[in-house]
Amino acid sequence: MDTLTFSIKFEQFLGPDGRLIKALPEEISNKEDMLMAYETMVLIRAFDKKAIALQRTGKLGTYPSILGQEAIGTAIGMAMSQSDVFAPYYRDFCTQYLRGVSLKEMLLYWGGHERGSNFEHCRRDFPVCVPIATQLGHAAGAAVTFKTLGQHHAAVVTCGEGATSKGDFLETLNLAGAWQLPLVVVVNNNQWAISTPRRIQCGAQTIAQKAIGAGIEGIVVDGNDYFSVSYAVKHALKKAYAGKGATLIEAVTYRLGDHTTADDASRYRDADELHAAWKNEPIARLKKFLVAEKLWSNAKDKEFLKQTVKKINQAVEAYLQEEAEPPESMFDHLYEYLPKPLEDQYAELKAISALEKNRRAKEESGVKTQSSSALKVSDLKQGGFEHESNS
Amino acid sequence: MNQIVKISKTKKTSQKLSMLESVNLALDYAMSESEDVVVLGEDIAVNGGVFRATDHLRDKYGVKRVMDTPLAETMIAGMTIGMATQGLRPVAEIQFMGFIYAALEQLIGHAARMRNRTRGRLTCPLVIRAPYGGGIHAPEHHCESTEAIFAHVPGLRVVIPSSPKRAYGLLLSAIRANDPVIFLEPKRIYRISKSEIENDGEGIPLDRCFILKQGKDMTLVSWGAMIVETMKAAEELEAKGISCEVVDVASISPLDHQTIVNSVKKTGRCMVIHEAARSCGVGAEIAATVSEQAFPFLKAPVSRITGYDTIMPYFKNEDHYLPSVEKIVDIAIETCGLGQLNGRQEVSHASL
Repeated sequence: MDTLTFSIKFEQFLGPDGRLIKALPEEISNKEDMLMAYETMVLIRAFDKKAIALQRTGKLGTYPSILGQEAIGTAIGMAMSQSDVFAPYYRDFCTQYLRGVSLKEMLLYWGGHERGSNFEHCRRDFPVCVPIATQLGHAAGAAVTFKTLGQHHAAVVTCGEGATSKGDFLETLNLAGAWQLPLVVVVNNNQWAISTPRRIQCGAQTIAQKAIGAGIEGIVVDGNDYFSVSYAVKHALKKAYAGKGATLIEAVTYRLGDHTTADDASRYRDADELHAAWKNEPIARLKKFLVAEKLWSNAKDKEFLKQTVKKINQAVEAYLQEEAEPPESMFDHLYEYLPKPLEDQYAELKAISALEKNRRAKEESGVKTQSSSALKVSDLKQGGFEHESNS
Repeated sequence: MNQIVKISKTKKTSQKLSMLESVNLALDYAMSESEDVVVLGEDIAVNGGVFRATDHLRDKYGVKRVMDTPLAETMIAGMTIGMATQGLRPVAEIQFMGFIYAALEQLIGHAARMRNRTRGRLTCPLVIRAPYGGGIHAPEHHCESTEAIFAHVPGLRVVIPSSPKRAYGLLLSAIRANDPVIFLEPKRIYRISKSEIENDGEGIPLDRCFILKQGKDMTLVSWGAMIVETMKAAEELEAKGISCEVVDVASISPLDHQTIVNSVKKTGRCMVIHEAARSCGVGAEIAATVSEQAFPFLKAPVSRITGYDTIMPYFKNEDHYLPSVEKIVDIAIETCGLGQLNGRQEVSHASL
């Protein structure tokens, strides 16, 4: 047998200096799309900052920052069609937002309300997935469903590079290859799985080459270049719709924040490395390009940030006003209907919750204070908005 | 989707079938009833399953609805969840229960929770079928009874048939249910007996126990293959003057405590018989509930006749592990010796 040769392609259009390395192909040249993508990235970065602040002041649960990875999710959300299904990991605010998940729903979810996952729009999308890599299986199942029912949709799933060490990831790629599934797998290779760096996560030169063993196409893209991710995802979706199988996209990026608000990356990560990574971040890069193309300006930026802050504050306010569902609601969606054997437990909790509600109503009558926690444009001057103050 | 295909009356013929054949018939009926029902697993399509539970389905319904999967249990569970949330009703086979553990993260972490965590937006109407239990001299890892693992997970239903008829009816109900169901098939009684089955598509309700035999001195509670030993023991005890009521739990979770408690209130004695290890087994749950809810009626402590708290021995010793008819009879007599039989003289070991 002759030697078999495999290769992995690396795609990049926009360099860190905001200049094109090569011309943009037509399918990613739409100017309105570029602006919408940029605005989404800026909005979510501001949201991220606010979410962390809410957590620090006890108003939100543990929260995983997306700082630095905005281009990947935005490109995915821009490329997907509404009839596709998205299976996110837990750092996917950009895609979720573009799919129709509201900022308030995201806050509700990270604020401990199950109903944050009861999306008003994109009703078939999966909720945030916490157990690493398990969402890959669900996306495969969605892809099998489309295939079985003869629908020309695709399932898109994301994960981090840490997830690629798990069986779920490898089993999904394997199935996707064997069954030619309409599936797009996007790995956010952000270099860090909590404290585990990429180099000890996996001995392979690229994550994308795991696709070769599964018999599907694998590609590496610059995950901080919106255009590269966009091009790869669009190509993968087109292939999926045409029944030509699955694609693995490794989007190389950097997690500029901590793993979550419960983590302190300075314990294990070199400050110089972080400093260097900031030079590659995706928003400043796209802005430079858009400004050079005369599609955007600092004045527009200023105006947009104003609107953004207003939008976020509205969402935060609406979120903070949401009361918890009554305690007995923990039984409401356990099964399709409350099984008879559980009726006693339900009645017990319902009675306790009624008593508690009465007691609280008595205690709270008279006491009413609400401190202002609104986000201001000046709050955005640091941490992710340096490009704003530099220009 | 959700298209109901009318079943022609000619199919409603009564046949004598084994449990295995009745599982096959129920799958066939469900697939003809709704195009959303699909079947998947290792070796289930072309080969018809290692026990032939899915025999002929591929020929009848095609490769799009009867799928041979790669050998990956985690994946099977994961994609089954994905399919169920997107409108299909997948029935996946895990070849043996001993291989189901790779799927636990998916079943416990997702199938059980999906409805709750999305407040009813996404649901998991799926069935995971798996042959389980000992007594057929199978290889290692093929014989355990670990139903309690699943029974401990809120959001899952755990169903175990004990006869061909209940296998047919319960499996149909499991497939039609809009919740995830772990359907465990006691392989020791797959072919042991046949019963008359009418292919009428009648489901048997989940969430309830079944009284297989009425009695007044003692309630014997069991499920799965152990129903065979339990019924034999009940017959022997009857001959010795001890009248036993036999309850087939059938739905291990959610568990119909009421039927069991009501029976014990009548008989005053309760024995739970199961194949699984004793500690933290479903028998413990039943014994605790009976103590809580029927204590004043009890004439003797609730007893459990179960597998030992050991690793299920390899087949040279498995008969010593499984509860026997003899053991059930002996302990029943002992239990009755502790109190008055309803309306009769006290029975003791010596007098029998």
